[in-house]
Amino acid sequence: MPVQYYIFLSIALFCIGVMGVLMRRNAIIIFMCIELMLNAVNLLLVAFSKMWADAGRVDAAAAQIFVFFIMVVAAAEVAVGLAIIVMVYRNTHSVDINILNRLKN
Amino acid sequence: MINLVWLVPFLPLLGFLINGLGRRYLSKSQVSITGSGVILAAFAVSVLIFLDVRQPGFQAQEVPLFDFISAGTLQIPFAFRVDQLSALFLLIITGVGSLIHIYSATYMHDESKEGFARYFAYLNLFVFSMLILVLGANYVMMFIGWEGVGLCSYLLIGFWFKNTAFNNAAKKAFIMNRIGDLGFLLGIFFMIMQFGSVSFPEVFEKAAALGLNNGTVAAIALLLFVGAMGKSAQIPLYTWLPDAMAGPTPVSALIHAATMVTAGIYMVARSNVLYTLVPHIQSVVAIIGLATALLAASIALKQNDIKKVLAYSTVSQLGYMFLALGVGAYTAAVFHVMTHAFFKALLFLGSGSVIHAMGGEQDIRKMGGLKKYLPTTHWTFLVGCLAISGIPGLSGFFSKDEILAHTFAHSKVLYVLGLLGALMTAFYMFRLYYITFCGKFRGTHEQEHHLHESSAAMTLPLVILAILSIVGGYIGLPEVLGAPHWLAAYLSPVFAPSAPFAEAHHLQHSTEWMLMGLSTVLVIVFILLARRQYVRYEDSGRENTGLAKVLENKWYVDELYDAVIVKPLGMLSRFFQDALEKGGIDRLVNGIGRGVQWGSQQARRVQSGQVGFYIFAMVIGIIVLFVIGLLL
Repeated sequence: MPVQYYIFLSIALFCIGVMGVLMRRNAIIIFMCIELMLNAVNLLLVAFSKMWADAGRVDAAAAQIFVFFIMVVAAAEVAVGLAIIVMVYRNTHSVDINILNRLKN
Repeated sequence: MINLVWLVPFLPLLGFLINGLGRRYLSKSQVSITGSGVILAAFAVSVLIFLDVRQPGFQAQEVPLFDFISAGTLQIPFAFRVDQLSALFLLIITGVGSLIHIYSATYMHDESKEGFARYFAYLNLFVFSMLILVLGANYVMMFIGWEGVGLCSYLLIGFWFKNTAFNNAAKKAFIMNRIGDLGFLLGIFFMIMQFGSVSFPEVFEKAAALGLNNGTVAAIALLLFVGAMGKSAQIPLYTWLPDAMAGPTPVSALIHAATMVTAGIYMVARSNVLYTLVPHIQSVVAIIGLATALLAASIALKQNDIKKVLAYSTVSQLGYMFLALGVGAYTAAVFHVMTHAFFKALLFLGSGSVIHAMGGEQDIRKMGGLKKYLPTTHWTFLVGCLAISGIPGLSGFFSKDEILAHTFAHSKVLYVLGLLGALMTAFYMFRLYYITFCGKFRGTHEQEHHLHESSAAMTLPLVILAILSIVGGYIGLPEVLGAPHWLAAYLSPVFAPSAPFAEAHHLQHSTEWMLMGLSTVLVIVFILLARRQYVRYEDSGRENTGLAKVLENKWYVDELYDAVIVKPLGMLSRFFQDALEKGGIDRLVNGIGRGVQWGSQQARRVQSGQVGFYIFAMVIGIIVLFVIGLLL
């Protein structure tokens, strides 16, 4: 399969993620959209890695190391982020980010 | 001994430091012993130096201490110059200075302990600055001393700083001196620009090379003379000196009669080459000196404050010295500086003794008949009056006669006017003498009861100065008496460089005898006139009218200056404050502040606290960066 397909797919996933973050008000959905963006990038990395490996580059697998890094960071982020969301819910009984504007002033 | 010359200014500086820093801890007697002791020690060193310098054939020596300014080719060392002129001034300053210090120890005894130490510290600092002024080997050193004495004069005039009038007098003196100092400073800059040096011999040599009537030399001489006008209280900058009498009386004697005000004369005499090279400027000096002498003498005729009379008399005598400088009689000018230091210090200290006895009263209309209460003060004061009037045999006669004789040889008109001034001097001095010491006592009973002769520490300096006022003239006997003019011979090396450029004037001996006789007879006539009018003076309490009123009000010069300079300047300052400072600068600065505040009020609306908006802005930002990255 040509690498363009992967690129289009990952652009589509990334844009869905961005739009989700911008449009949605539910904190958990925004969170999921962020994960979507991260995974779009992961997909792209794997695709390019495969592409260069086919072209005969010996160090092409290095890109896949990044994917693992991103997954680790994402996992850590999920741990922190969900904890924050839980705390926010406990305090406000809502996960709507529009009411989280109290930092103003 | 010459190499130890640095001791002379260093000792008063030491006294200043001890008294100034230890003013809380030292007792009054410790302060006065330190203060007077250092000056006496400096006097002893000065005498030793003088003994070296007076040897015939002594060459002027420069004693460098360290490099003061060294920039490119301009070298200004911190060096002392010991020659006949500076050695003579050292003697006058430390000699009269130590007498006045001793006198002050008693006169100022009513001050608080700290005030007493402060007084002596300032007085020592003054002597230090004055010694730097006369010892400096270049114009910059002279300027350092020049500014130092100005500062001390300011501090001592305003010594009783709780009195607003005294403070105003101090400020007036400082500002008027500042105007003159600017002239001096510009003269120095001009000198550096033209000659690349400020050292005396170099400047004189280079100026002499330019020849007679050179514009550059004229400008320098004129600018330096502006400095002398301020310091030595000449028209138009003389009005500060009478007001300077606000200071303690010994200060008036030391600073405003004997030493500081003669700094201008010292400077012109030191720069004699520059002035001889430009006869026009020299005429300006003579005319200004003579005009000042006459104006001040006429004002002194009608003053009623004992110190004011003496102050105007000082201004007038300084005018005589400038007249002498202006007609090229440099020796006569220095001679008069010396005799004037003796008799004017004597008169001031005598007036201090009178004021002390009168419990602070300075109005001569309320005195009278003090002869029998203050015998020592009385006879010393009389000696001073006779000396300043020019009675033959006393010091003032010889110096004043020498000035007048040189003036006669130079120009008859100047001579007549100068003689007129001398007659006025005799008249107002004896008016002062008769009103103060003769007739009946006119003060209150309480004052009469309190009248007493001052203690020995105050009368001793009076007696010494009286003796000096009598014999001081014999170092400069005129040629016609057959005796050698010692002072002229002594000072001749200092004035030798200008001799080739000077016009020689020679008087017939018969003419000189005639002039001497004429002035003596006229002076005695005027003294008798003063005696007839004032010996039985009664205060009529009537207002003066006509010319007398104008004289009493000092020709309204203060009012004139106030209207022409001070008031417009005040208005201009107020305009600058209101229109430029408040309306311009303040508004601009405040406007910038207000603009920033308004701008940030607008910008803070962007920070709405909506997370969605922030993220949106972030995405937009990233896209913009991408676009820029792609385009470039």
